[in-house]
Amino acid sequence: MEPKTIIEKIWDKHVVHQEEGSPDLLYIDLHLVHEVTSPQAFEGLRMNKRRVRRPDLTFATMDHNVPTIARHIINDPVSKVQMEKLEENCNEFGVEIADINHPDQGIVHVIGPELGLTQPGKTIVCGDSHTSTHGAFGALAFGIGTSEVEHVLSTQTLWQSRPKTIEIRVNGHLGSGVTAKDLILAVIAKFGVNAGTGAVVEYTGEAIRNMTMEERMTVCNMSIEAGAKAGLISPDETTFLYLKGKRHTPSGEAFDDAIAEWKKLATDPGAEYDEVLEIGAEEIEPQVTWGTNPSMGSSVYARVPFPEDYEDPGDQKSIKQALAYMDLQPGTPIQNIDIQYVFIGSCTNSRLSDLRSAAEIVRGRKVHEGVTALVVPGSKSVKNAAEAEGLDTVFKDAGFEWREAGCSMCLAMNDDIVPPGERCASTSNRNFEGRQGNGARTHLVSPAMAAAAAIEGRFTDARKVKPLVV
Amino acid sequence: MKRIERQGFGQFLFYNWRFDDDGHPRDDFNLNEDQYRNASILVAGKNFGCGSSREHAPWALLDYGFKVVIAPSFADIFYNNCVKNGILPIALNQDTVSELFSKSKNGYELFVELDKQQVSDASGAVATFNIDPYWKEMLLNGWDEVSRTLSLEDQIKQYEEKQLVGE
Ligand code: SF4
Repeated sequence: MEPKTIIEKIWDKHVVHQEEGSPDLLYIDLHLVHEVTSPQAFEGLRMNKRRVRRPDLTFATMDHNVPTIARHIINDPVSKVQMEKLEENCNEFGVEIADINHPDQGIVHVIGPELGLTQPGKTIVCGDSHTSTHGAFGALAFGIGTSEVEHVLSTQTLWQSRPKTIEIRVNGHLGSGVTAKDLILAVIAKFGVNAGTGAVVEYTGEAIRNMTMEERMTVCNMSIEAGAKAGLISPDETTFLYLKGKRHTPSGEAFDDAIAEWKKLATDPGAEYDEVLEIGAEEIEPQVTWGTNPSMGSSVYARVPFPEDYEDPGDQKSIKQALAYMDLQPGTPIQNIDIQYVFIGSCTNSRLSDLRSAAEIVRGRKVHEGVTALVVPGSKSVKNAAEAEGLDTVFKDAGFEWREAGCSMCLAMNDDIVPPGERCASTSNRNFEGRQGNGARTHLVSPAMAAAAAIEGRFTDARKVKPLVV
Repeated sequence: MKRIERQGFGQFLFYNWRFDDDGHPRDDFNLNEDQYRNASILVAGKNFGCGSSREHAPWALLDYGFKVVIAPSFADIFYNNCVKNGILPIALNQDTVSELFSKSKNGYELFVELDKQQVSDASGAVATFNIDPYWKEMLLNGWDEVSRTLSLEDQIKQYEEKQLVGE
């Protein structure tokens, strides 16, 4: 048999219908739904007197708009209606929902894996760009628009054109204290925001193999920021160990059978990708973005670039624009940039290990004067687990706010907004103009780097902020 | 963009360009000029629709009355979302688009014929354009994608039985 990549294996297994001159009709194994991109889709079903074909393969939660302080006070009327609608729609169409009061509530890309809904070999969609997160498990997971949400609700399938395949191979080991977030930011800085256009990326190499599942999720989460439709990692023992005992994964003998199937998914030796990109893990240092797209970033030891450093006139122009928006002078050392806000959260970096790595730096220290710092766990269960370890106290003692689970300051769609002109060190995934609030300036970093920035009031190498023994 | 219905987005279309900070129409934005008020073809700049995976953008265009958007290039997701919502996106080369820009004043009329894949005005053909045959058929028939897929119900069922999906 022809050797195949995991991407082709999953694709081929899910084709329901194929014809000349048309995309393939793919079966969807799991459809995750949230309050923002679903109301119009459910409305479409109702208008056409259609049902949800497989409510058992559909799962809903609330995350984008939810308040993270007082749960029941929803200030924005539209947010309130969107949440009420989701509840109503799920009841009417028989879809399971973890609503704002449910113990399983959280960011959709955090709870899918937590509940074991996310599994190797599945096709997974959600009306959200960062669905690629689930690729960490060896699933083919991608974001869709609202029309497609409606299409999947009513048919459990989706018309899709076969994507290109790209291998991003990360050779060698990451240095101590260099995180998965630094790796993916470095990958995007090196290859650009269009590197993955029209493609699904598989991340391979030693550095990836050595990662925990939570680290792999951080990497896959940002695939879309490199332009890719999806990003995934072939499953291995680390994957199986994580999934064991999760609520929706098979148990007992069925689990062993599942593992036997999952093991067949990994890319065959000798399989060919349309393109291979390589990066050395050793060369990567803690990253900070200085611009208005995720590829505009560099090592914490670098300086803000000069537009003239770039050859392409188009690049020069966009760098100029970015620096104007960010209010940064070319040549400024990254470490001299003062920040006023710190946000630790989002589907990129709001899992227990993320909070632990930030807490390790924060423990026994104080948030710098004039800095507002937030920790927003990705889900209720992350929040509970963190509290059980006393992480909430570590953060609160230092002057951080400790919030309820949700998307929060990742996007300006709820009450958590960075004011105009303020600068935020954020563990999220997008630094576009206005993403965290009108006129707000976002610098993407890892949780450790965000914690260090909160303490120092400016960017600094988190590896140098040694844990205090308290 | 936060609403729960599909209608009603038209009033927000290009809001920051069309209205000033107090919500009054600005006369320096041309959609506000009388001559363009009933336009159904929008001529736009490069990489139109960039940065929007949500469908609120095409809904707003539709709600405003646009059926066709002409631009030198489109963002991928935006292009798909347009077709799925019954808007025809047409990519023409930069020169033709610039020419249309300069001509499109005072009652200039442009005709789009999807079956011939042709754009023309009173003086004759202006340009031809490409479109995937699959999208063309859908738009010409006014099909919604879901009904097309539901006609394949037997195959979906067979797939589910064969793969024991959900068991
Ligand atoms: S945390 Fe941010 S990126 Fe993730 S789903 Fe929520 S809004 Fe989207």
